Amino acid sequence: MGILEVKNVGKRFGGLQALSDVNLSVAENTVHAIIGPNGAGKSTLLNCLVGKLIPDSGSVMFDGQSVLGRAPYEINQMGISRVFQTPEIFGDLTVLENMMIPCFARRDGAFELNALPSVGSQKDVMDQAMHMLEEMRMADKRHMHAAAMSRGDKRRLEIGMCLSQQPRLLLLDEPTAGMARADTNNTIDLLKQIKAERDITIAIIEHDMHVVFSLAERITVLAQGTPLVEDTPENIKGHPKVREAYLGESA
Amino acid sequence: MLGLDKKDTSLLIIVAILTLLAPFILNPFPAGSAMAQFNAGYPDLMQRFVIFGIFAIGFNILFGLTGYLSFGHAAFLGVGSYSAVWMFKLLSYNVIPAIALSVVVAALFSLLIGYVSLRRSGIYFSILTLAFAQMSFALAYSVLSNPKFNLTNGETGLQVYADDPQIFHRDSLPDMPHLFGLSMRSTYKLDIGAWSFDFNAGYYLCAVIMMVMFYLAIRIFRSPFGMMLRAVKSNQQRMNYTGLNPRPYTLAAFVISGMYAGLAGGLMAAMDPLAGAERMQWTASGEVVLMTILGGAGTLIGPVLGAGFIKYFENIFSKINDTILHQWFSFLPDGLEDFMVFIVHPFIGKGWHLTLGILFMLVVIFLPGGLVEGGQRLGKWIRNRGKGAAEAKTKHEPAE
Repeated sequence: MGILEVKNVGKRFGGLQALSDVNLSVAENTVHAIIGPNGAGKSTLLNCLVGKLIPDSGSVMFDGQSVLGRAPYEINQMGISRVFQTPEIFGDLTVLENMMIPCFARRDGAFELNALPSVGSQKDVMDQAMHMLEEMRMADKRHMHAAAMSRGDKRRLEIGMCLSQQPRLLLLDEPTAGMARADTNNTIDLLKQIKAERDITIAIIEHDMHVVFSLAERITVLAQGTPLVEDTPENIKGHPKVREAYLGESA
Repeated sequence: MLGLDKKDTSLLIIVAILTLLAPFILNPFPAGSAMAQFNAGYPDLMQRFVIFGIFAIGFNILFGLTGYLSFGHAAFLGVGSYSAVWMFKLLSYNVIPAIALSVVVAALFSLLIGYVSLRRSGIYFSILTLAFAQMSFALAYSVLSNPKFNLTNGETGLQVYADDPQIFHRDSLPDMPHLFGLSMRSTYKLDIGAWSFDFNAGYYLCAVIMMVMFYLAIRIFRSPFGMMLRAVKSNQQRMNYTGLNPRPYTLAAFVISGMYAGLAGGLMAAMDPLAGAERMQWTASGEVVLMTILGGAGTLIGPVLGAGFIKYFENIFSKINDTILHQWFSFLPDGLEDFMVFIVHPFIGKGWHLTLGILFMLVVIFLPGGLVEGGQRLGKWIRNRGKGAAEAKTKHEPAE
């Protein structure tokens, strides 16, 4: 039984069957990649996991509990954090404030009217945030406006923000999209380090095969809204059906 | 001091000094001199400065921090005024229960309106609040004013009549709003040479309340709650996916700013025991938006500056008439004098809104951060000029 169990999930947008009969099981403490050509339904599937979309049929269980019908913030509080394709951070706030917000969310829950003490007096949250910034090697940038940072730094910050909530499942939506090779390699190293240092399950949607084969322990190939095959990276590489669907080669 | 850092403490002290010494600062010209019409240190106007300051400080907690632009905040001001006058009618002219009830009623009212309006964001939120405010105006103006159930006294406005119960009223107490016997209208006149300064009890009550409210606003701005409100403005998507529910945060900000508005409404009634429906009209809601943007949305001192600025222009510019203009331009040849008066005429008296509109346009275009940004640029410019004249030339600011 995996930490994330997706059973018979279907989702329809008007005339388009985006997902049909998707089954997926992500085992605890593994890195599981979901790959597939454009329009295969990868992002739709991810949106169904985090509460942005509600599937028409099927079930999504996280750690034995259904996530369906819950708001995104509730699903996050259950232990699922999501990194977006384009980094979603608080651009108007400083880097330190960005890092403090998830720490507050972890300490105080979805809402807390903490309107009189100053931010500076919240030492526990401040320490946690600084600790995570140091781990992400961006402590020296803490007073910068987050929007002013480079794409790679924004990505690191976003990953750090997700980690500071200590999620059990980290979802990454094409974390290296639009990145230069060097930044991509840095991100791979960062994710490897994260995986090595803590008990965390990572599910990653990725286009870049270099990233997928560097990180993944299991790979699910999605094509036209249905899982084609699920296997280890070694077996996927040579799988004829995958080559056909993904690379457009005839088997 | 008081849980604030050094910078905020000095800001609070400056505001305290300015409000306490306002009767001096606003009356720089000797009474009876030609410039005396620019004096703003009379009780009515000073009261309005601080009351609208409170209104704008509260509005800024919602608009400046979360970016939710409410076009209906005058409804809470009006509700506050009506509640206060009802307290005068039922209990006594003491302002404490009146102000307390105005805050409570405005809080409940804003909870209701906010709960519905905050289901949408952006322009739809603004339209919803506008619709609610206009409904409240209609209710106050006609619906809730009929012989069977007269809550607002319609067009005439709600006021205190001799046959009202006023159960705690004693003959020894003044027959107008008072604070435990101290009439809000009692004014001490200080004459120094040609100058005359008014120290009004009502003004000082409002000023002290404004300082407390300003202090509270600083605390809110610097708190984790304030940071969450800025996060709402910056990226709601990330907030949702960080386990935070933006809705209660925005609703709390809405209710807090509604309470500030109710307090301002209550104080208005406490200075002059009358409440009319026009206080709730959309122009009144628009005015507080102008004040906040003109002063600098999202800054601490901006809304207070904006409120003072607009109220000053409203009262001073609208009092200038053609006779005064003729005096000013009398040094010019006759034809030219009439021509100048003709040119300036549309901008004064009832036309002061035109002046305000132009000023607002200039500020929004050249100083998007409002008067506060203007002050910062001026400060920077002066500092740079000290460094060297050549450098200053390249840093010339268009709006100065």
